[in-house]
Amino acid sequence: MKRVVNLYRTSIGKKIIMAISGFVFVAFVIVHMLGNLKIFYPAHEGVYKIDVYGEFLRTVGYPVFARGQVLWIFRITLIGLALFHIWSAIVTWLMSRSARPIKYKVVEPVASTLASRTMRIGGVVIAVFIIFHMLNLTTGDIFPGGQFEHGAVHDNMLANFSVWWVTAFYVIAMLFLGLHLYHGVWSAFQTLGVSNPKYNSWRRGLAWFVAILVTAGNIAIPLAILMGKVH
Amino acid sequence: MKLDSKVPGGPIEEKWDRHRFDMKLVSPANKRKFEIIVVGTGLAGASAAATLAELGYHVKNFCFQDSPRRAHSISAQGGINAAKNYPNDGDSIYRLFYDTVKGGDFRSREANVYRLAQVSNNIIDQCVAQGVPFAREYGGMLANRSFGGAQVSRTFYARGQTGQQLLLGAYGALNRQIAAGKIEMHTRTEMIDLVVINGKARGIVVRDLITGKLERHVGHAVVLATGGYSPVFYLSTNAMNCNVNAAYRAYKRGAAFANPCFTQIHPTCIPVHGDRQSKLTLMSESLRNDGRIWVPKKVGETREPNDIPEEERDYYLERKYPSFGNLAPRDVSSRAALEVCREGRGVNGGNAVYLDFRDAIQRLGKETIKARYGNLFDMYQRITDENPYEVPMRIYPAPHYTMGGLWVDYNLMSTIPGLHVLGEANFSDHGANRLGASALMQGLADGYFVIPYTIGHYLASTSLEDVDTSHPAFAEAEASAVDRLKKLLAVGGTRSSDEFHKKLGRIMWDYVGLSRSKEGLEKALKLIPELREEFWEDVRVPGGLNEFNQALEKANRVADFLEFAELMAYDALDRDESCGAHLRVEHQSDEGEAVRNDEEYSYVAAWEFKGVGVKPELHKEPLEFEYVKLATRSYK
Amino acid sequence: MDLKLKIWRQKGPEDKGGFVTYEVKDVHPDQSFLEMLDDLNVRLIHEGEDPIAFDHDCREGICGMCSLVLNGRPHGPWDETTTCQLHMRAYKDGDTITIEPFRAKAFPVVKDLVVDRSAMDRVLQAGGYISVATGNPQDANTIPVSKDDAERAMDASACIGCGACIASCPNASAMLFVAAKVSHLALLPQGQPERMIRVDKMVAQMDAEGFGACTNHTECEAVCPKGISIDFIAMLNREITRSKLSGVS
Repeated sequence: MKRVVNLYRTSIGKKIIMAISGFVFVAFVIVHMLGNLKIFYPAHEGVYKIDVYGEFLRTVGYPVFARGQVLWIFRITLIGLALFHIWSAIVTWLMSRSARPIKYKVVEPVASTLASRTMRIGGVVIAVFIIFHMLNLTTGDIFPGGQFEHGAVHDNMLANFSVWWVTAFYVIAMLFLGLHLYHGVWSAFQTLGVSNPKYNSWRRGLAWFVAILVTAGNIAIPLAILMGKVH
Repeated sequence: MKLDSKVPGGPIEEKWDRHRFDMKLVSPANKRKFEIIVVGTGLAGASAAATLAELGYHVKNFCFQDSPRRAHSISAQGGINAAKNYPNDGDSIYRLFYDTVKGGDFRSREANVYRLAQVSNNIIDQCVAQGVPFAREYGGMLANRSFGGAQVSRTFYARGQTGQQLLLGAYGALNRQIAAGKIEMHTRTEMIDLVVINGKARGIVVRDLITGKLERHVGHAVVLATGGYSPVFYLSTNAMNCNVNAAYRAYKRGAAFANPCFTQIHPTCIPVHGDRQSKLTLMSESLRNDGRIWVPKKVGETREPNDIPEEERDYYLERKYPSFGNLAPRDVSSRAALEVCREGRGVNGGNAVYLDFRDAIQRLGKETIKARYGNLFDMYQRITDENPYEVPMRIYPAPHYTMGGLWVDYNLMSTIPGLHVLGEANFSDHGANRLGASALMQGLADGYFVIPYTIGHYLASTSLEDVDTSHPAFAEAEASAVDRLKKLLAVGGTRSSDEFHKKLGRIMWDYVGLSRSKEGLEKALKLIPELREEFWEDVRVPGGLNEFNQALEKANRVADFLEFAELMAYDALDRDESCGAHLRVEHQSDEGEAVRNDEEYSYVAAWEFKGVGVKPELHKEPLEFEYVKLATRSYK
Repeated sequence: MDLKLKIWRQKGPEDKGGFVTYEVKDVHPDQSFLEMLDDLNVRLIHEGEDPIAFDHDCREGICGMCSLVLNGRPHGPWDETTTCQLHMRAYKDGDTITIEPFRAKAFPVVKDLVVDRSAMDRVLQAGGYISVATGNPQDANTIPVSKDDAERAMDASACIGCGACIASCPNASAMLFVAAKVSHLALLPQGQPERMIRVDKMVAQMDAEGFGACTNHTECEAVCPKGISIDFIAMLNREITRSKLSGVS
């Protein structure tokens, strides 16, 4: 453990933590997106697949774990990783900010991308989004679409995304997530030292794929609901 | 002044070994009591500073660049020679020695050259151990290529960046000692004067280029590794800041300057274009391995090179020197280029010849040529806007390396006891012409393998008084330096020192350049003092003394070149023979080859300073050739 | 051609500094960029003004002394070219060129366009070498090095230490510079004994010098005059991870 802490103390170590936590988030957002796509499943005998899926998530691990325990373990782990991810980002950002006290008058980006340049602002947007999203659809504390009902995933989502600005916020946040994923996935490979001229072009390709997959899948849900395509 | 070369006795193969045993040693406990000043961080300076510190001496090292890694050794492209005989093509220490003495046209000291050839192999071992990424064969062994003036492949190389890679090795060794606290490194610090106390070199006065303040540094011995003086020609292949100051100040303090007129004009440089150029770019001699040099047979040829048919091309090096061909030594190649251009057969009647890769590309394919010379081709294209894969390169000789330098004995000590001189700054190993890939060898030989022994001998056998920087000699040196710098600032004329430098360069190129004549040299001796006078009346140096002032640095260097140029002309005038790079038009064969006069000029000309504008006094160190018999050099 | 130059002028480290505009006329396309500045300096000396301070030395793209950020790009618009090798053909009549020094906290301005890059030396002093004293090492050919390894080590070792990577990096990170030296030595058999401790010390010094943290913008690779690949940054990341996890420090 001391060795890991020593690694974390270096600027590179902080990025390695960001990369590893980032990969966990990538796995999470893909699974999360795939699960939520069940909203498109039509009701079968008055039961929505997504409600079943929600119920599954709450009861997984039973009887070793009580209802909801595993889900909360997951949530807490993810939140913990997110805090680590964010903390590392803030520390390295402060390093970089102080590393150039006088800015250039003219800046001509040669190789950096919109995605690489929006990592920090995108990260902030995503953090704000995650807080909103949890208050919105996990706890229901902020729920402009009417009355939040625990467990009724389908009804909650429909009510929620019928509010145009909620949908708009989700879509914008997902676009930022897409950019963040595109640079993040590629960058995480690089930071973890997964590099070889033979398959380096493949890293970019994978980053594109993940970014488009997650963004498109996640945007499809609120947009379809707002447009009344989901019943 | 007495010139004692201190060459040890015995057969040449045993001289260095015997001498190493005969020299006195400094015990490990005493080494740390000695402080050694090393000026310069090129191959010679960095390797000397690092090695002396490893031995336990306390070293102060100085460079005017912002980092020791930037010294001009870094620009060497082609390679470094060693007598390893890895290719099994008949090389040996003796052959490297023989080639170097012959290549230098019998104007170098045999014993020094033999030692150079002896330690050449250690250099390669040392550099490989440091991690220098030399080129390799597929089996993992070191690769070699051939270079001018040799019929064996003995040149080790690291792409087109051999100098850089070797310097990074020495710089690494230097860094290790800096980190260990054994070397006190002073960057952006320029030596302004040498301090001689009781006849011995005991310190230097430097200027901190950032604050402009003068500082005094005392030591038990001083080592100058300050490079050559080619920028006396203004346009040269040297870096812009290369200068003669340190060596010239030592000369003014009593060190003899040897063979200043031996300046190498490198045959493969990009020709001058226009009058607003600041420097000439060298294209590595290694290009001559595959490129063929030619000019049109016809005077007044106007066709594009690719339109000139084979039978109308004159591959003059191949024609005149069939056994060496395009790999004839530098002085021979440069002179041949000059000759064909004088005949009016240069490119478009001007000063350039073709270096053509057409045949090599046909034979080996573009990819192979690209792998060998890609970076050089790219550089050529950036500068000239022409594609050398399709159009032959245009090249012309340019001032490159200076074989002359401060006179040193076998121990690399100058005529001032305690003042040691290494690398290009001394005169010792290359005679009247240096062979390709030998400069790196000499710099590292001096720094890694010679000075560490000989300086110990000096320190152990000399009684050195306790002095510190409060000694009046330091005050005198500092005061005279301040005086001179203030004088430069006070002239307040109308022209920049650059303009004077350009003018000086023109004089030197015209009269003390590739070919020299009595009339021309006498004219130069009239023009140089005139220009110097003009300089001191009309130069304008803005800014002040105690600040970062590049204009002042430059003016101070030009001021010394304006005095030093005269010394070169005196030497060239005295040497009434042709040898190596020094061609007196009065002494050439019908075919334009240099004709030596061994009867009268088989000596090292060592000049003693007698005052500015006063003819210096000539001292002669006779040269004897016991092993390589004096013969007319032939590369036919 | 005629050009307008907006040049950063700063009397010294304490001065605030600012841009001064100069018009230069009759610039020749075959001149190098620094020759164009030389001409401007001669003119300024004639006019009794302080010439513009800028670092330069070899003028053939190898010493790493020249710097300058031209219109937002270190070493100007040509790929794999230092400022001294940039020729005025790159510009056209009437262009405006903004000339700034390399900017980073670790590169304090000395004067005008001259900066102090000694931080890079200190990183290399921390461990960028193989600890071998001058002496009689084994014959050079007793350490075979595969051609591929030698070539890759040479790719890394081609770094000229100019600092353009740091100047171009939006984070002012020195990763490419450090990666090049770490990789050069880690790729060679001679570099193995100190492999772990070397990267450890160099990264610690890099962080201590106040460089920023890499976020993989890859600007460094794009502006590097020697075309050094960011693959070496990946290698550095691997090296430091291995070193730390093996408990070297």
